[in-house]
Amino acid sequence: MSIALRETPANAKEQLPAASEWANNFSINIATVNGSGSQTSNLVLLRALFKMGIPVNGKNLFPSNIQGLPTWYIIRLSKDGYLGRKDPYEIAVCMNGRTVAEDMANVAPGGMVIYDDGLPIAARRHDVTYYGVPVGQLVKEANLPYELRDYIANMVYVGALTYLLGIELPEIEDAIAWNFGGKPKPTQLNMSMVRSAYSWAEKNLVKTDPYRVARMSGFNEGKILIDGNAAAALGAVFGGVTVVAWYPITPASSMADALGKYLPQLRTDPQTGKANFAIIQAEDELAALGMVVGAGWAGARAMTATSGPGLDLMSEFVGLAYFAEVPAVVWDIQRIGPSTGLPTRTGQGDISTAYYLSHGDTRHVLLFPADPKECFGFGWIAFDLAEQLQVPVMVLSDLDLGMNVWISDPFDYPDKPLARGKVLTAEQVRELGGAWGRYKDVDGDGIPYRTLPGAPYLLAAYFARGTGHDEYARYSERPEHWEANLTRLARKFDTARQLVPAPVVDRVEGARYGIISVGSNHPAIEEARGILRAAGIETSYLRLRALPINDDVHNFIRDHERIFVVENNRDGQLNLILLSEEPCCGAKLTSIARCNGWPLAAEWIADAIQKQM
Amino acid sequence: MTTIETPIRGAKVNALGLEKKAYQAAPSTLCKGCGHDSISQRIMNVAWELSLDQTQVVKMSGIGCSSKSPAYFMGWSHAFNSVHGRMPAVATGAAVANRDLTVIGVSGDGDTASIGTGQFKHAVRRNVPMIYIVENNGVYGLTKGQFSATADLGQKLKYAGVNNLPPLDICLEALAANATFVARSFAGDPKQVESLLKAAFSHRGIAVLDIISPCVTFNNHDDSTKSYSWGKQQEVALNELSFVPDYAEITIDGTYKDELQVKMHDGSRIVLKKLDPDYDPTDKLNAFRTLEEARENQQFITGLIYVNEHERPDLHELLHYTDTPLVYLPDEALRPGREALEKVLASL
Repeated sequence: MSIALRETPANAKEQLPAASEWANNFSINIATVNGSGSQTSNLVLLRALFKMGIPVNGKNLFPSNIQGLPTWYIIRLSKDGYLGRKDPYEIAVCMNGRTVAEDMANVAPGGMVIYDDGLPIAARRHDVTYYGVPVGQLVKEANLPYELRDYIANMVYVGALTYLLGIELPEIEDAIAWNFGGKPKPTQLNMSMVRSAYSWAEKNLVKTDPYRVARMSGFNEGKILIDGNAAAALGAVFGGVTVVAWYPITPASSMADALGKYLPQLRTDPQTGKANFAIIQAEDELAALGMVVGAGWAGARAMTATSGPGLDLMSEFVGLAYFAEVPAVVWDIQRIGPSTGLPTRTGQGDISTAYYLSHGDTRHVLLFPADPKECFGFGWIAFDLAEQLQVPVMVLSDLDLGMNVWISDPFDYPDKPLARGKVLTAEQVRELGGAWGRYKDVDGDGIPYRTLPGAPYLLAAYFARGTGHDEYARYSERPEHWEANLTRLARKFDTARQLVPAPVVDRVEGARYGIISVGSNHPAIEEARGILRAAGIETSYLRLRALPINDDVHNFIRDHERIFVVENNRDGQLNLILLSEEPCCGAKLTSIARCNGWPLAAEWIADAIQKQM
Repeated sequence: MTTIETPIRGAKVNALGLEKKAYQAAPSTLCKGCGHDSISQRIMNVAWELSLDQTQVVKMSGIGCSSKSPAYFMGWSHAFNSVHGRMPAVATGAAVANRDLTVIGVSGDGDTASIGTGQFKHAVRRNVPMIYIVENNGVYGLTKGQFSATADLGQKLKYAGVNNLPPLDICLEALAANATFVARSFAGDPKQVESLLKAAFSHRGIAVLDIISPCVTFNNHDDSTKSYSWGKQQEVALNELSFVPDYAEITIDGTYKDELQVKMHDGSRIVLKKLDPDYDPTDKLNAFRTLEEARENQQFITGLIYVNEHERPDLHELLHYTDTPLVYLPDEALRPGREALEKVLASL
């Protein structure tokens, strides 16, 4: 039988930080093989830690592959509540022979390694504690059904970690049961593997590392665990989505999956058992948005979810929806590009593309959710905006927010009724006599009145088109008609500035520096501000939640000496948009941009800002 | 065969009390003599005759000469002239959003057989309840005379030269995608086009009508199979059909041998008089064979080539949504209550 390897030199122990500092305050990097079912084990660990009250965040670093390639899951525990990415990790769980050397080498000084003792282990470091676990032997002894062996084998590291870190076993059991929807058989099979690994560790491992977890309070109470895509789907369900058309793409597919789960559950007619919605898997992204545009034109709340390559294909229909003024909601769960890029890595590289999507003079309303709660909120708000403005609204989430599970405040029930915008009924058109014109700016806000197909009055009909048209939707090539229409669309865009969610501004008295950022960078920005504060640098922070910008952004830039625009792409795309929107403030703006597939980390942000000072 | 007169035929006003001109729209801007205008006229006649409520009809199109034509018929219907080759998706969205709408899609051979082949076939595959008319002239008109994918092999055009690729057959493509109603006609045959349109309006699911529609400007040479003269000379009608609306008093001599009646879901019937005694439009394999043989012989088969609306459900049924169109659902049905949200949150 294998025993714990202790190769820590005797004097190294004194160099290790005090245990209290490392309680609930470290990262675990779990390296496994894709398709081996390790995601269940990882989510079980995350949920158990969450239920123990520990602020925790999990990031799945997976390959674009079904089975066989390396995959990593990084769980960060932060007693201070920081949920962004942090390098390096203190604990490595090594279950993949192909990456074990690198995984072990990257452990933080003073860290620990739990590894499958069947793996070829090369160099050992003297500052790291190693625990070898006989995974093969434990699985063999468990006498599992052959087809489940690989999946359940991942519960071995759950059991070992549970013992070594002091995770509460009943929380592990609850998390397993929750994961399997309360089904007793898989729960029992997985749990018995956890127990046998736990018992083995208890008998055979001598704990010498400082890393521990302990139940705590003050952070997780009343909170939920959810990924951004499921939260967005729920928001759409409560926003009254009736038509969903989509085409599979990582990392957006799980939003369609969540809609497929929650819509039948929440929006089935209780009397007839029939659906109050339609979900169509289209033949491609062109068709997906085409269906959304057709449904939106007919009066339905319609949406699609996609990622960069899909957004490219949708540009034609986004242009049509902009010009024919059809409400549509597009969720873009960003991954990194250009081209196919890395389908399973995160980024914020679609900001420019989305803002100006399609040829000709176009600009679009974009929303930037930062966390699952905001995904839920924007899930329904996007429909209100799309219908009020009669525009396509694009919501730019990303893989990190969309596919990873986050601790979130519970979602607030929508605080206002559905805003259906300027839709005239047949009676209203009749009352207006011949005065109604589909593209007339009656109210001076650039937003015209529309009718819906099926309105039972002959004069309610109009001819929607992507070609040039006059105020009555008639084909026109006259320069004055074209110019008036495009000018009105620009006026409508200005109206949008006041309708979109305002930025969240945290002004620090006396701060000379300001940070502007968007979306899922938020936790890393907050943590970076803490690092900067510790270095004596106070920063204000404006989290942009939408484009187009309004005066809040202008005032924020005006009131600070320097502004750092932080984003996860190469070119500083948001910075470029701000430069074009606020040209007079250009000298103040500095781009802090980086893109390598990973979420931004606080240390890098703080460091990059300091280097620019 | 017994001629069936609907009670309203010949009247100055239809059952809605509307004259024929109430089904007109803006004057056409297409070339004089364009086959597309004949088709628009057929649609207006049939819509009037069937007393269609224009407010419950939507006219959907893509881009091209054909796709402009919805502006020239039924001016009291909503219309959406969308983007090139994408009419099927937009039509699908509208149909799903409001199941009460009668959806007429008008497309061309460029729009359907080139840039939009994928969407066309997938709309057929989904059995979107709509009439899908292809105004097929084998040429790109608006961009001034390039070959389309339905142009004949070896065909010559003034600017484009000689076409060295075989044509794509829209009816065969529709059949291969499991269309439940496939017909072909010729814009210069008003009677047949109108009969087929009537049948199409009663069809449950997608009804594909490939109507050869000569382009008088770019493709009306005598050697083109999409010209008036070729159409008139080479047309081989498979069947002669009349349409019997369900509100008509039906008197058919049941002993008549060369008739085939096809009952539609709304109770109306198509009555086919067979010109070819072996032709059975419910026999799919035979439909394939007939189309393929006609293609080889450069024959121009017209009539109802295939129909079977009981073959499979339409998209409304497949999606199992409420009888109330989704767009008419009240806000209460669209937004679940607070308790529902609390229940979901508690499960997370």
